[in-house]
Amino acid sequence: MPIDAKIAGKFGQFGGRFVPEALISALDELERTHTEAMADPVFLAELAHLNATYVGRPSIITEAKNFSKHCGGAQILLKREDLNHTGSHKINNVIGQALLTKRMGKKRLIAETGAGQHGVATATAAALMGFECVVYMGEEDVRRQALNVARMKLLGAEVIPVTSGSRTLKDAINEAMRDWVTNVADTHYLLGTVAGPHPFPTIVRDFHSVIGNEAREQVLALNGKLPDAVLACIGGGSNAMGIFNRFISDPQVRLIGLEAGGDGIETGRHASTITGGTIGVLHGTRTFVLQDENGQTIESHSISAGLDYPGVGPEHAYLHEIGRAEYRSVTDAQAMEAFALLSREEGIIPAIETAHALYGAMVLGKELGPDATLLINLSGRGDKDVETAATWFGISI
Amino acid sequence: MSKLVELFAKCKSENRAALIGYLPAGFPNQSASIEIIKAMISGGVDAVEIGFPYSDPVMDGPVIQEAAELARQNGITMPKTLEIVKEISATGVPTLLMTYWNPIERYGIEKFAKDFSANGMEGVITPDLTLEEALPWLTAAKTNSIHPIFVVAPSTGDERLKDVTANCNGFIYAASSMGVTGTQTNVANTASILVERIRKISDTPVAVGLGVSNRTQASEVARFSDGVIVGSAFVKAVLQNPDSPAEAVRKVAQELALGVRER
Repeated sequence: MPIDAKIAGKFGQFGGRFVPEALISALDELERTHTEAMADPVFLAELAHLNATYVGRPSIITEAKNFSKHCGGAQILLKREDLNHTGSHKINNVIGQALLTKRMGKKRLIAETGAGQHGVATATAAALMGFECVVYMGEEDVRRQALNVARMKLLGAEVIPVTSGSRTLKDAINEAMRDWVTNVADTHYLLGTVAGPHPFPTIVRDFHSVIGNEAREQVLALNGKLPDAVLACIGGGSNAMGIFNRFISDPQVRLIGLEAGGDGIETGRHASTITGGTIGVLHGTRTFVLQDENGQTIESHSISAGLDYPGVGPEHAYLHEIGRAEYRSVTDAQAMEAFALLSREEGIIPAIETAHALYGAMVLGKELGPDATLLINLSGRGDKDVETAATWFGISI
Repeated sequence: MSKLVELFAKCKSENRAALIGYLPAGFPNQSASIEIIKAMISGGVDAVEIGFPYSDPVMDGPVIQEAAELARQNGITMPKTLEIVKEISATGVPTLLMTYWNPIERYGIEKFAKDFSANGMEGVITPDLTLEEALPWLTAAKTNSIHPIFVVAPSTGDERLKDVTANCNGFIYAASSMGVTGTQTNVANTASILVERIRKISDTPVAVGLGVSNRTQASEVARFSDGVIVGSAFVKAVLQNPDSPAEAVRKVAQELALGVRER
């Protein structure tokens, strides 16, 4: 084989595989299993059945008529992934990969988690399908997200606090990779976002594509036409790829990703990888990363643990490069403003991650005016964020 | 001919394996790092593998992670690593660099190859650079007469083993078992099977790493390989002997040097 003959999993110059050789055969096996499964009617029927009877799909769309007045009067449609079992979009990917794990005959699931949503979803699928489950979580996040740690333990998972590096999501991924290198024979690494080495960005996108597939039909049924823009928050970018994917071939629909701006890009304390980072390699993929002049990863900062990641999925890097999607940055303060408004105006407490997308809609709605229709992925609910929000707004618990 | 190639020829004629010692650059700090690496050489290490400390080292266990973190806190950079390479290669031992891929890409692939080669670096071990992504690196390495050294694992399939080893020169790095650095206890069995598989398809020398930490293990691995790579044992010696790290490292090297001669 000439070495450049087969470059799998590339999105333009982005993506690919930068991993220890020990993982290659497992990644090949995963790629093969995924390709076969997606062409197997029995697998697809089982996935659809679980989505309908366990996850709670299809998720509805809600027209946010009160919130609309904060968005220049534009029509605001919320895709309600917050109503899924376990409270966010994360379960879509987890159910799909858990079925792949069963197909590969592996018995043990490992996962990384930041805010705990992906860890909870993985622990849930492990309980349902009878896998052993270990979740790696930065020590700092274990402290910040005590409630989700307890949920994972109740579901039967072991939660291992990661004490290396910055003790957050990035280091939890490193530790999960080390576990996988060591135990790859019987273990599947259930990666929670559209990042990591090929085939993860493709697999995770495919299992979340149900979001955009449903939403496109729902908007057409409601309005008889496509939305003007689709908005989603971006950490690694899984909920955004899930809702964008079906609309990529509709050139009249603008796709807008909202990154976490933390204290503001100019302060250096942010997690806006595309708007404020440079091209590099992190966690097995070429993409935009926050890095210094020596190629060392710089710690990201965001009020939202789920967006607090110094990399981003390679397909987003590609969509940015070819100009198909736009990426903007939303600060902590702006996101919290949208968080409060949606709660008060619509009776929906969103995840703080999602609040970044909602603020993006407030800005874009004013740009486009009252005739525009904006579809927003309401990727998760805010129960897990009550403590953070209470502290932010000075509410005593 | 590079000093590395000469070394393997010499070891073969002496009927022994080469001892390759690893330490991170700038560990525990810039000046001590050079003194400690020199002590490792005076203790009997035949070739030096200098690691570039990286923020996200997924192939490394807790011992090397701790060392890399300390070196980073004490300000190690690529230009400072270049200075260390220059000083160490000046001693005459074959000098290699071990680095994750992103720091090379960030420095500039061509510039990295040119600058480091000009300062005596003979080879680079790239633990997370897959062959599929390696074309720009292989080109730069060839232009600058650098040995590109890839890691192969017990799980590497037959066809892939052929492709990867065909693109290595200097030596082939055989990972003794599945896992990360510094965590294995029993290496000989899986490693000997892997080395045997490589022998059937390649004439390039094979060095075994991951999990060799004492004289007995070194001698076991020396029986079926051309080189024995030791890292965590040296790092541990430094961490556990803050008052006399150089002396501790020299002792470890002396023991291991006996091991690679006991075939």
